[in-house]
Amino acid sequence: MVGFSWLANLIPNEALARTGSANEWIELTGFIKITPDNQIKIFSPNPEFGTNVITSLPMMVAEELEVDWKKVIIEQGDYDTPRFRNQFTGGSQGMRMAWKPLRTAGATARQLLLQAAANEWNVSVTDLKASNGVVYHKGSNKSLTYGELATAASKLPAPEKVVLKKNSEFSLIGTPQKNVEGKKIVSGKSLFTLDYKQEGMLIAMAIRPPAFGLKLKSFDAAEALKMPGIKNVFDIQVYKDGYVRAGFDTRTFNNLVVVVGNTTWEVMNARKKVNVEWEPIESYKETVAAWGGKKEEMIPAGLESTDSHIKQMYEMQKKQGRVLRKDGDPETAFAKAKKVLERTYSAPFLSHNPMEPISCFAHITEEKAFFVAPIQIPEMMKQSITTNLDIPANKIEMKLARMGGGFGRKAYGHYIIEAGHISKKMKAPVKLIFTREDDMNNGIYRPSYMVTYRAAIDEKNNVTAIHIKGGGIPEGAIHENRFPAGAFENYLAEGWEIPSNITIGAFRAPGSNFIASAEQSFLDELAETIGKDPIDYRIELLKKAKANPVGKNNDYDADRYIGVLELVKEKSNWVKTNNKNARRGVAAYFCHNSYAAHVIDVSMKNGQPVVEKVVSALDCGFVVNPEGAKNMVEGAVVDGIGNALYGGMRFEKGVPMQKNFHQYRIIRLREAPKKIDIHFVQNNIDPTGLGEPPFPPVFAALANALYKATGKRFYNQPFINGLAKS
Amino acid sequence: MSKMNLKVNGKFFEIDIDPATPVLWVLRDHLNLVGTKYGCGIGSCGACTVLLNGRALRSCQLPVSAVGTMEITTIEGLSENGEHPVQKAWLELDVAQCGYCQTGQIMAAAALLKSKPNPTDEDIETVMSGNICRCGTYLRIKDAIKKAAKLTTK
Repeated sequence: MVGFSWLANLIPNEALARTGSANEWIELTGFIKITPDNQIKIFSPNPEFGTNVITSLPMMVAEELEVDWKKVIIEQGDYDTPRFRNQFTGGSQGMRMAWKPLRTAGATARQLLLQAAANEWNVSVTDLKASNGVVYHKGSNKSLTYGELATAASKLPAPEKVVLKKNSEFSLIGTPQKNVEGKKIVSGKSLFTLDYKQEGMLIAMAIRPPAFGLKLKSFDAAEALKMPGIKNVFDIQVYKDGYVRAGFDTRTFNNLVVVVGNTTWEVMNARKKVNVEWEPIESYKETVAAWGGKKEEMIPAGLESTDSHIKQMYEMQKKQGRVLRKDGDPETAFAKAKKVLERTYSAPFLSHNPMEPISCFAHITEEKAFFVAPIQIPEMMKQSITTNLDIPANKIEMKLARMGGGFGRKAYGHYIIEAGHISKKMKAPVKLIFTREDDMNNGIYRPSYMVTYRAAIDEKNNVTAIHIKGGGIPEGAIHENRFPAGAFENYLAEGWEIPSNITIGAFRAPGSNFIASAEQSFLDELAETIGKDPIDYRIELLKKAKANPVGKNNDYDADRYIGVLELVKEKSNWVKTNNKNARRGVAAYFCHNSYAAHVIDVSMKNGQPVVEKVVSALDCGFVVNPEGAKNMVEGAVVDGIGNALYGGMRFEKGVPMQKNFHQYRIIRLREAPKKIDIHFVQNNIDPTGLGEPPFPPVFAALANALYKATGKRFYNQPFINGLAKS
Repeated sequence: MSKMNLKVNGKFFEIDIDPATPVLWVLRDHLNLVGTKYGCGIGSCGACTVLLNGRALRSCQLPVSAVGTMEITTIEGLSENGEHPVQKAWLELDVAQCGYCQTGQIMAAAALLKSKPNPTDEDIETVMSGNICRCGTYLRIKDAIKKAAKLTTK
């Protein structure tokens, strides 16, 4: 084996060369380390999966610390949640949750360094100034570097109170900064779990049931064991019997056959030679303890198919659902209505398909359990590791490898447990690898959904009631307190669920990614029906909800919602261009604490849409890193268009029908918009996230534009099916 | 298993290997060149793109026995310090999000610029549509290729 140090890639080489040993690093606040020769390192606490928190979170620390951003060394923190307090990458919460703690960490360290200098010179802290990693005495020409002060500063008690800068005082936050890992990415450095190696490391792959609704019966590995490079073939039980799952412990199959060998290619080949027998599962119940409650989850037996799913969902739409919210008297309003607009929307299961398929490294020894894992929320795996692998919490060590995309999939770390079992059995370091097919065909999908929107319209073309009914397999998507709740006197929201043995999980803006597409398509059609401009109609409703809100729990700020609509209206030149020849659609949405609106222009070429231009308006509060923020929005727009047009996983008798990218269509460069024009509402509200909020309204903006371009409304995703038939 | 000589990034390597092994896994598992990524294994996503005698190829579809005396260039060999015009343009336009597909994108772009120093939008769309970026950085990829073309002809 050629010598290889993965760890060296985590610490920039220059830094290694300049410092004799890591012992010289003096830690301040857990987030900062400084050497006597004034190298300054900032740790990014959150796992990185492409939203570039590894740049924007350390910017918060650096701003308050008063250091030269260009000289700072940024390092990914390991799993150590007590030290970092929060290591949560998901729910668009990274920026929001870090905003005060990380600036406080920077300001605390700065104050300690100032105090150390004040003690050294016997002067008051108020006579000192910190700038670019140096403390200056205002009354003299005395100065000391942070490196010279760090040891003394580290021995001082933490200040009781630190003052954070006002937004107007920022010099780094709010400026566009490039990805700090850019150079490593473009030169192919080892960054991802799949790249990780260790001396003596074995490769493992699992064999999982070919269909949902099946489980392992028996296997014969005689032939596989004769294959070159193969060390062992055995089965594992991932979770113990009766294990009470936490929120991110979703896993699809609990009994797997594992093939372990020397190299990836050898294991791939041997895996094909294992003869496995499967048998149908019986219905069973599992206890899940999550989100502050404990519930029994029913997993039905059977081999499910997409066609029957759709029939089942239409059946549910005919029955009364669970009432989620009711305002006024919607029944009477509908009975009295002159006209009722009723539309039903649906969407398929989606696979996350991050470009990096799942993998996990584990080395379990008596001393410790060492993992290198792509995991969005490592702390959420602690219970499962300690319980299912019998490892005490204080023995867990985990490197948070850069993730090659996640989109929610890498919140569900069952693969950490699987890799742990394999390492224990082999008494060796192992890397568990998923092929693309493994990644795509073993569950944890975005659920399949259906919803019907109804509007009661009176003789004066006033909308007198709204009724929303819908659900999903196995989880619904109704957010009953979101807009347009609050804008209508009479409002009813109902929900339902259909149990399934197909596993689901969070997918970029869970629930919102479907319901926004339905709601915002419906509002477009409703505005058209009553003869109103779609942007003006939304603003009118929001103003009404603000002046006279119906109900109590309306989950949006009408002013900020109006703000993105007005901004997108202005920047897209909507008033002048929204004539009957325009092939453009609009949609807006609020979720995950941020507001987004898009105007999409399409043209048709050979029966296929070409997205000419997208204008986006966002309100995520104060924008910490405008460069990263723009990239996020561009990506969300492309992802939204791709999933709306092409996304979908179908099932036949429990078998996922899309095995790889030749069958699961992902948007390509030639299908991406020609131009994306992004605008942020400028304000001083504390930052909120952007990973999710721009995504949900893309679907409807596209559907509404497609309507203008084709004369046809698009109710069922993926839209490509409707285009093919038109 | 059979003994083979491979020329990768200007260096010769002797390996003893199953001749059917795809170059992707030879690079990653045997030569520790992990910049070439596994994405699909069926030649459909482009994450594993390398150059074979300067031509872009999906290394997951190329058995090592077919390489012969041809030279393989991976992202690690594209330039000494990540300073190929394509890499520079990628940094300048801050293209990457998760970064996983980008080495394959860069290799495909480098091959495109070699055959067409001033590619049109259509050239870029045709060639680069073979590479998936799940994060959706396509507009930046397109702009970066144009930028790299300018850096090259300067």
